[in-house]
Amino acid sequence: MLRLDRLELELGSFRLSADLEVARGASVAVMGPSGGGKSTLLAAIAGFLAPQAGRVLWDGRDLGPLPPGQRPVGVLFQDNNLFPHLSALQNVALGIRPSLRPRAEERARAEAALARVGLGAFGDRRPAQLSGGQQGRAALARLLVQDRPLVLMDEPFAALGPALKAEMLQLTREVLTGRGATLLMVTHDPEDARAIAESVIVVAEGRAAPPVPTGRLLADPPPALRAYLG
Amino acid sequence: MTRAGSSGLPRLPGALAALLVAGLCLGTLVPLLLRAGEGTLGGADWASLRFTLEQAALSAGVSVVLAIPVARALARRRFPGRGALVTLLGAPFLLPVIVAVMGLLALFGRGGLLNDALGALGWPRVSVYGLHGVVLAHVFLNLPLATRLLLQGWLDIPAERFRLAATLNAPVWAVLERPMLRAVLPGAFAVIFALCLTSFSVALILGGGPAATTMELAIYQAIRFEADFAGAAQLALLQYALCGAAAALAFALSRGPVLGAGLGRAVERWDAGGLGARLGDAAWIGAAALFLLVPLTLAVLRGLGGLDDLPGEVWDAMGRSLGVALGATALTLLLALALALKGGALAQAAGALPLAASALVLGTGLLLLLRPFVGPSAAALPVTALADALLALPFALRAVTPALAEVEARHGRLAESLGITGLARLRIVVLPLLRPVLGFSAGLAAALSMGNLGVIALFAGQGQGTLPLLMAQLMGAYRMDAAAGVGLVILGLALGLFWGFDRGGRLDAASR
Repeated sequence: MLRLDRLELELGSFRLSADLEVARGASVAVMGPSGGGKSTLLAAIAGFLAPQAGRVLWDGRDLGPLPPGQRPVGVLFQDNNLFPHLSALQNVALGIRPSLRPRAEERARAEAALARVGLGAFGDRRPAQLSGGQQGRAALARLLVQDRPLVLMDEPFAALGPALKAEMLQLTREVLTGRGATLLMVTHDPEDARAIAESVIVVAEGRAAPPVPTGRLLADPPPALRAYLG
Repeated sequence: MTRAGSSGLPRLPGALAALLVAGLCLGTLVPLLLRAGEGTLGGADWASLRFTLEQAALSAGVSVVLAIPVARALARRRFPGRGALVTLLGAPFLLPVIVAVMGLLALFGRGGLLNDALGALGWPRVSVYGLHGVVLAHVFLNLPLATRLLLQGWLDIPAERFRLAATLNAPVWAVLERPMLRAVLPGAFAVIFALCLTSFSVALILGGGPAATTMELAIYQAIRFEADFAGAAQLALLQYALCGAAAALAFALSRGPVLGAGLGRAVERWDAGGLGARLGDAAWIGAAALFLLVPLTLAVLRGLGGLDDLPGEVWDAMGRSLGVALGATALTLLLALALALKGGALAQAAGALPLAASALVLGTGLLLLLRPFVGPSAAALPVTALADALLALPFALRAVTPALAEVEARHGRLAESLGITGLARLRIVVLPLLRPVLGFSAGLAAALSMGNLGVIALFAGQGQGTLPLLMAQLMGAYRMDAAAGVGLVILGLALGLFWGFDRGGRLDAASR
């Protein structure tokens, strides 16, 4: 279970508070107006931003002292999810161990993950030689080998077209949340939330609200979200 | 407080590098101060101070004034070969100064084309030695830099302003160009003034005598001819203060990177469409191109002819030059990388310190420091490599710092989230992605060191010279053909090293 315990974040003059829980295995969309603090919230959970006050807890354990790489957290950013100078296989294998020369069994795991996302034949290619959708798949494969119980996604497929995005969300469902990972995904699109999330955290007006079931929220959004959704 | 970037990269080497650079640049002051008390500055010393200031002011002034019409013409005209010409304007930075002087001598010297032509017409010959020769060489070396700086100023004026001026029928010169020049000219002047203060090779060959001795040359003569270390220390202190003040001024007045790219486009203009303006621009561009290309071509041609006369020492000198250049390159890269990784104002300041140091001042300080322990000739090559590395450091750091910041901005968080920190971060992420800029910096450092004549002239004993020193000695002995041959070897090696390193860095590299 993810618990944000009276969390207070500050970035320049921007402030955000959060006091909420996300159940283990849940898929939660994070929605709200631009500049509302969605990415800031994820950055704090991932360990890129130290809170002014409060704690981030996973299964009761305070994550505060842990650097990003040692948290039980896998991250998919908006872009730059792959190192451009490494092959898809090397990129995926970095999810297992920070090394450019994976051992035989690590290599096999990375290859299996690539095969699982449909990139079995693309391990030798560099990101520039992959399409946008294939790059997203490779990043998913790395999340797969990382095998972290909590996955954070910050509009990961925003640059893809609607059909491709739906496909990637479907794949995310299959390979990650299907295995019991907890997912927090920032999105602008109510359709994404409906497709993948059973509940939504609204981040607006300096506060991240506790998750509310997706259907109920979208049927009757609070004023801040209503203004944003139009 | 953000955590990203504060812990992921190794920083200790940067602190050591900053200490080393500061120690070398500032620490050389100590022996200078200790020895300087023993002597007094004489009339000749004040004369060389006066000459140094005079020639630097004249050189900077002429370069900047001539650059105005050339840069304006380049900014508003499009023609085939414009890109090549702009690239050529960046080349003199890599051009060994002594080779440039050789080219100028082939055009303006005693037996040069100009005097041959004057002689054929029955007119009196002109001499290229003395103040005007020094200024001529400095303008040749710095007109391209001045042109690039001013061209940047012109291209920084948004295209919309020219459109607006055109619709209003407003005078472009008064409304846009004069204010831009008022902002850019002082910085360009100050940068070139500072560069000309530390001129050694030009003054060594074209200057000399009581009327045309620069501070650097005076330091060299005090040590090599008179073994007057106290006098040299005083001169070096004075030069130190002078260069420090000039560098600080240039730093305060100049804006933007000197090596900046993006000079490729020409701005659409609606004024200056008349035939007169077009012809004028063509004349300025043509004259500038000829002024740069003819001496270079002559240096190469004369060098080709001189290859048969290459003295036997050239091979040993080439080995020493390559060793010094590669050593300096390695050291520059290590220091630049360490300082860039450390980041912060102190590291940047340490990296800029060598801008205020001159080769001869550094050399004198090191000579005084080392003299009690080792003979100057034993230390000649390592000290030369060290000084060359320091002098190239500011330029390398200027290239590496923004590239590293970009790599960190793009990939720092991903690396952090994957637990790739410390040396592994360097090996897996940073170094591979920085390879193009490291290759460029290495090429720069190698080319600068290959063509540099400075510290080596202070230290080298018999049979210890590098190629530039050998070339200067041959010119001093009026063996011009052999000197030109050596010059061609230097030019080939300098450009070859730059090309090789730069290309090696970019080969098969992924974009950042």
